[in-house]
Amino acid sequence: MENLPLVPLIPFVSAALLIATAGRLPKMVVGLLGAGSIAVAGLLVLNIGIEFLRDPTPMSIHLWTWISINEFKPAFAFYLDGLALVMMSVITGVGFLIHLYSTEFMQDDASFSRYFAYMNLFVSAMLILVLADNLLLMFLGWEGVGICSYLLVGFWYQDPANGAAARKAFIVTRIGDTSMALGLFLLVAELGTLNILEVAEIAKERWEVGATIPTIACALILGGGLGKSAQLPLQTWLPDAMAGPTPCSALIHAATMVTAGVYLVARNHELFMMSPLIMSAISIIGVATLLLAAFTALNQHDLKKILAYSTISQIGYMFLALGVGAYSAAIFHLMTHAFFKALLFLGAGAVIHCLHHEHDIFKMGGLRKKLPVVFWSFLIGSSALAALPFTSGWYSKDEILLATWSVPTLGPWLWAGGIAGAVLTAIYSFRLVFVVFWGEAKTIPDKQPGLRMSAPLIILCVFSIVGGLINMPLEQVFPSQTNAHAAGPVAWITMTIAIVGVLVSYLLYLRQQINVEPILNKPALKKLRYFWYSGWAMDALYDRLLVRPYKLTASLLKTELIDRFYNLIVESSVASHRALSITQNGKLRTYAINLVVGIALLAAFLTGIV
Amino acid sequence: MNPLIIPLSHVLMLAALLFTAGLLGLLIRRNVIFILMSLEVMLNAAALAFVGASAHWGQTDGQIILLLILTIAAAEVAVGLGLVLQIQRRFKTLDLDVVSRMQG
Repeated sequence: MENLPLVPLIPFVSAALLIATAGRLPKMVVGLLGAGSIAVAGLLVLNIGIEFLRDPTPMSIHLWTWISINEFKPAFAFYLDGLALVMMSVITGVGFLIHLYSTEFMQDDASFSRYFAYMNLFVSAMLILVLADNLLLMFLGWEGVGICSYLLVGFWYQDPANGAAARKAFIVTRIGDTSMALGLFLLVAELGTLNILEVAEIAKERWEVGATIPTIACALILGGGLGKSAQLPLQTWLPDAMAGPTPCSALIHAATMVTAGVYLVARNHELFMMSPLIMSAISIIGVATLLLAAFTALNQHDLKKILAYSTISQIGYMFLALGVGAYSAAIFHLMTHAFFKALLFLGAGAVIHCLHHEHDIFKMGGLRKKLPVVFWSFLIGSSALAALPFTSGWYSKDEILLATWSVPTLGPWLWAGGIAGAVLTAIYSFRLVFVVFWGEAKTIPDKQPGLRMSAPLIILCVFSIVGGLINMPLEQVFPSQTNAHAAGPVAWITMTIAIVGVLVSYLLYLRQQINVEPILNKPALKKLRYFWYSGWAMDALYDRLLVRPYKLTASLLKTELIDRFYNLIVESSVASHRALSITQNGKLRTYAINLVVGIALLAAFLTGIV
Repeated sequence: MNPLIIPLSHVLMLAALLFTAGLLGLLIRRNVIFILMSLEVMLNAAALAFVGASAHWGQTDGQIILLLILTIAAAEVAVGLGLVLQIQRRFKTLDLDVVSRMQG
């Protein structure tokens, strides 16, 4: 247990080493350091986990007092409970597999060492985020993962488009983070502490459920979660973030960082329960996001963007679960999603790797026989994503939807939205499988994934199937579910709805029994499809609403009066410098003439002629 | 002390003429060697004025200054010729305007 601070420290030291050596180490050593540090951290977590399960009392390790201002003393302290353990296991476990995969995927990249430096730094920051015992330290990790996400999205910085995507990811999440920081200020001002346990305790004493101040505080903190987890209305950055290397998308933009918002709400659930209004807002945002993203995923044809929108959609399910108070179901879905989405992203990476960096699914096809390992991992990953019975996603999504149904008044509506989303999920995830792996081959793979790429895929396959059976030690963290679970037809529909989606997808994309082309090509529907394809035109909306007015103001302010005054000083100084530098021309005879004229003038002046 | 046969004004006028000739040479000539020669002429014009004045007032100070000027001239020529050699070797020319490398 005393090893707990070592868990984030080891990846941090490794990142520091890789940064300090600036790519001078041989690739072999970089790979060992990069993946090895995560492996060691993972083994430590395993050790801590075994100890914790034997004696499941939450504990806190106080390292030092970070800041001390009167009564406000946030500590550099780690807090270990069931939730932190689950998150740590996911981060180091899935993280290690992705690092191992990266050693082969990034093999030919010139910036091999820089990549692992960022990835290790990310893992370290993410571990601080989930282990922090107060919101300030959590915010440190929160911003740490943000900067690593920025660095990794813009990893191939030679292409300006990647830089633009990185800036977009950074700025959009920054809007959420600003809101979160304001929320933290409010908590400090009102409660005088940021310690998560103390906040929950004092909030219950001081505030009434549904009062104004907790509602504002929760709304502001939720803003941070929405930004980080790419939920409405801050979801636009995630599809662009696919510009980064695929394994980093798997780790950051699927398995861990984007689920930080879910963790944030779950960790502070006692605070959020003070505001039923915000809780229903969370569930409605969740449903809206999951439907919106599912429709968009259905129309995309970039392999990674489909997965990105499906990530947004699945996090929508987690928010739905949080909103209806099914916290452990949300964390359960977070974990299973980490398994199968990492699997899908790594599979996608393998496809892209073996097909000369092809991203368009309609230029693939027939890969079932060519890339068998990738095919099976995609099939298993998509089954889990679609929540086909007895895969890991099925257990967690069922739990969410059944908990949603039993919520009074709003419940059935939210449930219907979730069910519609589940059908769409099944359709688009199997569309992906059918288009890429069946049909005629359009691009021939020029290599096969090696052992270091296949092994993580196979391990994640196993977890995507049996991950639903893992029993998480969350009983002490979250209040037990009071709502009775739905039974009868509702339960049956919830459990089997995915099969309908897969059948539809099968008929549409594989058998092509139903010919929908003429209907789809009608002008009105074409427009609608384009509207969905563009992510409900959110990017264009924000561009008109925010980006352009901002740029206009900036360009107006560029030439404002005060700046002009200072520019004048600069310009006159430059001009006089130019004038003086003419005299320094290096021509000896000019110097001599100047000298003579000067002496003559001086003599004339002194003798009184002038 | 013998009275000066040549009047002081003539001596000073000759010195002034020599100085002006040297100065003009310095300003007009582009060849380093000629510039050095013009400098010598100017130095000697100054020395002549000193000697003339020294003879006129019967003081030895002017002649001591002459000795000083001679040493300075010798040192200057030693340095100057060294520079001339270097310039010739580097630039294959003795034209001072060509040698200037500054952009001003």
